Amino acid sequence: MIEGLLIGLSAAISPFNLMMVVMGCVVGTLIGMLPGLGPMSIIAIMIPVAIGIGDPTAALILLSGVYYGAIFGGSTSSILLNAPGVAGTVATSFDGYPMARKGQAGKALTIAAIASFAGGTIGAILLMIFAPALSSVALLFHSAEYFALMVVGLSAIAAFAGTGQVAKALMMTILGLMLGTVGEGALSNTPRFTFGMMDLQSGFSFITLAMAMFALPEALFLVMNPARAATGDSGKITGMRITGAEARSIAPVIGRQSVQGFFIGVLPGAGATIASFLGYAVERNIAKGAEQAEFGKGSIKGLAAPETANNAACTGSFVPLLTLGIPGSGTTAILLGALLALNVTPGPRLMIDTPDVFWAVIISMYIGNLVLLILNLPLIPYIAKILTIPRTFLIPFILFFTLMGSYLGQNNSTELLILVGFGVIATILRFADYPLAPLLIGFILGVMLENNFARAMQLYRGFDFVLERPMTLGLLVLAALLVILPSFRAYRARKRAEGVADGD
Amino acid sequence: MALDRWVALAFVALCCVYGYAAFFTMDDLLPPILQRNPVWPSTFPKILTVLGLVVGLIVLFTPKAPGDGARDGTIDLSRLGDYHVGQAIALLVLMVIYALTLRPLGFVGATIGFLVIGSLLLGERRFHILIPVAVIAAGSIWYLVQEVLGIFLRPWPGFLM
Repeated sequence: MIEGLLIGLSAAISPFNLMMVVMGCVVGTLIGMLPGLGPMSIIAIMIPVAIGIGDPTAALILLSGVYYGAIFGGSTSSILLNAPGVAGTVATSFDGYPMARKGQAGKALTIAAIASFAGGTIGAILLMIFAPALSSVALLFHSAEYFALMVVGLSAIAAFAGTGQVAKALMMTILGLMLGTVGEGALSNTPRFTFGMMDLQSGFSFITLAMAMFALPEALFLVMNPARAATGDSGKITGMRITGAEARSIAPVIGRQSVQGFFIGVLPGAGATIASFLGYAVERNIAKGAEQAEFGKGSIKGLAAPETANNAACTGSFVPLLTLGIPGSGTTAILLGALLALNVTPGPRLMIDTPDVFWAVIISMYIGNLVLLILNLPLIPYIAKILTIPRTFLIPFILFFTLMGSYLGQNNSTELLILVGFGVIATILRFADYPLAPLLIGFILGVMLENNFARAMQLYRGFDFVLERPMTLGLLVLAALLVILPSFRAYRARKRAEGVADGD
Repeated sequence: MALDRWVALAFVALCCVYGYAAFFTMDDLLPPILQRNPVWPSTFPKILTVLGLVVGLIVLFTPKAPGDGARDGTIDLSRLGDYHVGQAIALLVLMVIYALTLRPLGFVGATIGFLVIGSLLLGERRFHILIPVAVIAAGSIWYLVQEVLGIFLRPWPGFLM
């Protein structure tokens, strides 16, 4: 591990890569603050830039910097305006905004910065311990197990989608897999489902799809419902200092939530959002008496908990991506797509084939967290001025950046028409309350899933691999259980509710 | 019928089209040598079709869970009339126009047009800020993409260069 750290240090400390960390954090913070642009949209917008760099290490460092920055920026707008830019920071506004109303905006921002820093750093240490271990286990996997593992990942994402949503999430996953089969096939290079259109020969571009699924519907919602873009003057921010007693009271919260958040982040489908809500709930239950009553009214513990947890979860979500090559969240799915475009295949071989990429990313996580802390503590009052941009200027720019992002990937204006088409579909799906992350994850995993499936089928001349490899069978049974159990629970709950209604 | 059921119905229809293509049109093109292979290009789509039909029908026919109303913050479809739907559609049309004019008009012209008209549609009338912002943004982004990233973007209309 020491050797790896040294490789990582030497790669990450180069002036260019340091510049990438700083740039990523700044861009992420600035854009993450804007309501309506989450980390997924921002990373999707930054992908052409990252691919333009060409060096996978620098590109991944840039993109992960953007990721942390976006989460941090989201917490700034949650605290100052009660308008979370990112779903993962909604829980931050529960106590952050009341603190800002009480005139303690500076203190709230300091606590958020420190909690984020601690969560991210402790998460990075845990990542350093667990990723190599998991990666050495994953090396024993065959294509059959990979296929089964991806099925588990996809069904876990559906299973965590929430009560009553499992079937919908599964439907979106399958739609994503279907979209992934458009274009030249995994096995024989025969074009499939292109309906004779040359533009579809190479399949849909994942950047276009990512933009259409996340950035475009968000922007359209901002247009349709101006209340979502609660921009305004954030006022003057003073009093950034916290006292020693306050630091001592949040220290145990930060410790607990970084570990808990990390492990929630590792689970596929449960990302920063679930980690922050769960962290908030757990800390409220642990707190006693007067402290518990303060939750929701400006408690520093209630602010530190979700902030720590969401940053630790962001780091945790890198574990399945880097060790198994399976993204657990929409954001890591986009990162996976970017890596594939840069000719790096994340997975257990990553640590062996390109240790510099792996370790440089981990080292850059420390540096990124440090940069965010240094950058944000003194500069936050100035950065927060971006929140005063009126929406009449903001929205055309967001739309323009989504168009640019998908155009630069392919240099083809047909791509823009596909973007608008998918954007309309995605908006309708959002209206109908369908989760969109499973669609994108299904789309990105689809090609790999089919490749591994085909390889296993060829090795075992048919479906025998399911029965002959106990681990494959076990994983597939797990996948089935993950989908069936929540559906069964929802079914029982519905039956019970109907019974109550009858009793009236 | 609620919107999510209509979406499920559309999905089932899509599965039928997709399945028809997978089951009846793809295998004819397969060279004989590949037919001895246990897995064909159509195998995976066939599995997806079956799964998709099953899940789509489940979503279509599951009774709605009680108390599953719209959550706070999300857009409530029953109040669709209160939202600025017209502006959203206008912006979508503008995006299509941008896609069609990007090549003929050149990047700079099309982008300035997009940003200015987009802001106008949203109700911005301060031209003395609007036009300089659009010009500077279009110019600097063109410079970044062309010079820093090295991706070719034609800046001016086709007949000029």
